[in-house]
Amino acid sequence: MASEQLANIEVEVREGRTTAVLEGVFTIRTISAVEDALKDIRPDAKLLVDIEKLEHLDTAGAWSLIRLEQRLAQGGGNFELRGATSQAAALLDTVATAFDRQKRADGSDGSEPEQGLFERLGRRVAAGGATLLGMTGYLGLFLSRLARLAIRPRQLRLTALVHHCEDAGVKAVPIVALMGFLIGVVLAFQGAVQLRQFGAEVFVVDLIAVSILRELGILLTAIIVAGRTASAFTAAIGSMKMREEIDAMRTLGLDTASVLFVPRILALLLMLPILGLIANASGLVGGALMSWIELGISPEMFRVRLLDGDNVNHLGVGLVKAPVFALIIGVVGCYYGMQVKGNADSLGQQTSRSVVAAIFLVIVADALFSIFFSELGV
Amino acid sequence: MQDATEDGDREVVIEVRGLRNQFGDHVVHEGLDLDVYRGEILGVVGGSGTGKSVLLRTIAGLIEPVAGTVRVLGTDVLDAGSEERSRLEARWGVMFQDGALFSSLTVRENVEVPMKVVEDLDPAITRTLAGLKITMAGLPSTAEGKYPSELSGGMRKRAGLARALALDPEIVFLDEPTAGLDPIGAAEFDELIHGLSRSLGLTVFLVTHDLDTLHAVCDRIAVLAERKVLVTGTMHDMLSVDHPWVHAYFHGPRARAALDTATSKEGG
Repeated sequence: MASEQLANIEVEVREGRTTAVLEGVFTIRTISAVEDALKDIRPDAKLLVDIEKLEHLDTAGAWSLIRLEQRLAQGGGNFELRGATSQAAALLDTVATAFDRQKRADGSDGSEPEQGLFERLGRRVAAGGATLLGMTGYLGLFLSRLARLAIRPRQLRLTALVHHCEDAGVKAVPIVALMGFLIGVVLAFQGAVQLRQFGAEVFVVDLIAVSILRELGILLTAIIVAGRTASAFTAAIGSMKMREEIDAMRTLGLDTASVLFVPRILALLLMLPILGLIANASGLVGGALMSWIELGISPEMFRVRLLDGDNVNHLGVGLVKAPVFALIIGVVGCYYGMQVKGNADSLGQQTSRSVVAAIFLVIVADALFSIFFSELGV
Repeated sequence: MQDATEDGDREVVIEVRGLRNQFGDHVVHEGLDLDVYRGEILGVVGGSGTGKSVLLRTIAGLIEPVAGTVRVLGTDVLDAGSEERSRLEARWGVMFQDGALFSSLTVRENVEVPMKVVEDLDPAITRTLAGLKITMAGLPSTAEGKYPSELSGGMRKRAGLARALALDPEIVFLDEPTAGLDPIGAAEFDELIHGLSRSLGLTVFLVTHDLDTLHAVCDRIAVLAERKVLVTGTMHDMLSVDHPWVHAYFHGPRARAALDTATSKEGG
């Protein structure tokens, strides 16, 4: 149907008068053709427009005619309409009124001026700084609420805390354990290939112990938890923000920080070290298994070798980072949740930002720890 | 169904026959018949839970009924192929209760969305036409660049109406257009609907609770009760129906007040 509908315009100039006979349909579907045809009419023409044979006129068609009329009025021409039905006349009237209002208001065209490269860069940096500052604010908020809890422990929302411990901790055990195990397997396998060249196969135990206990176990656990939990925090808090639940809480005298942030971040603080420990343990199991299969190092020998050096220290060095990572993940998740605006799009945007920021900051913190420990000589 | 108006020769644009809607064990409509004529404003009223919105959604093809036929502009909505349907959808517009605007688009972009089906339309023309529709819906042009979350409830409804009108449809479905508006805003909205339907030649299917709206804009009223359209007719006809719910609805204190204001407006 749409393709059959056509607009036909016949323009005839006689004795200084221009007559345009319009036929067919003047709608949004034919508007491009109509605009093209009407463009050729000179602005100073004495124009008579006959719309008697017009089958259908919609807002777009009417707008086109009104615009033509105004162009002629400006160019000193003359516009006369003939054969308008009462319906068409009413439509033209409505459109003309709206068009006038629209034009009068059009002075300020909301488009923003182009920004230069340096301005954009500057704005980005400033925004990044503001974000970091905002997060520090949330960290402070959490710590102050935690201090309050230390004075009045009864205010702790135990049910929420346990719930979040289960969500962020217990439910993450399988994936974290599997990841740790596979990392152990990979390290043992790769280490065996390299160390065999020097006949130092037995050092694979130290390789596994140092890399898993000190770095990989906790770092990869934190990255997995950042992906799982930071996004969950942001989405949960963000959708509450979207539905004005946060505002409702405030009016009810509930402190969002103690109700929403403390149980979540505290749960992470409690759970991340445990998850890290699980990752470490399953990493060692994976490593031991692979060493046994690949290098013939018996589990007994693995155990002796493991406890022999200062590998236990490495465990401490690794796990001491866990609370810091937990704080980063928790604060980032809550912070971005609170940045959600009133639409679904912003919820998705903030959630993905929160995951990226959490992972990034965890890695930065890990790097700082490495420098710190190497300065200390631990 | 007793039909109080005689419109034998008027064109029927929406024809519902023997409609049955059911959710689990709960039967919402049974044997529901309804005709909507071209160019009229039909107000659908009924108690909460009588399935007014369900009826609207069924006619607009969003809910598939258990039985019955729905013909809109001569096309069977339930049986139409995808091409037929999209052609039909260009000929009607729906305004949902809270506007149902796409929250990630600005008001103008929202109105431009339906226009995208028109091929080879110059973006500048689309832009201007969208702006025109927004102005026609009574929004200031500063609202064009705003996101739905930045608008008040009344403005969102207007923006929803602008989007429903984007393609100059023949029929518009309005779901509770004045719910949640202040009386002045509601009266303005009534006037807007009335004015637009007359100048654009619209057929309006309007679900409402608002007695003032019924008085001010509706040509005909259909009452939903007992799972079907109990009665249709003008406001005046409604006053003489003696079904208990209809009587309570149109003779209650709120109805009286609305009627009084309406008659005094006509008189003065």
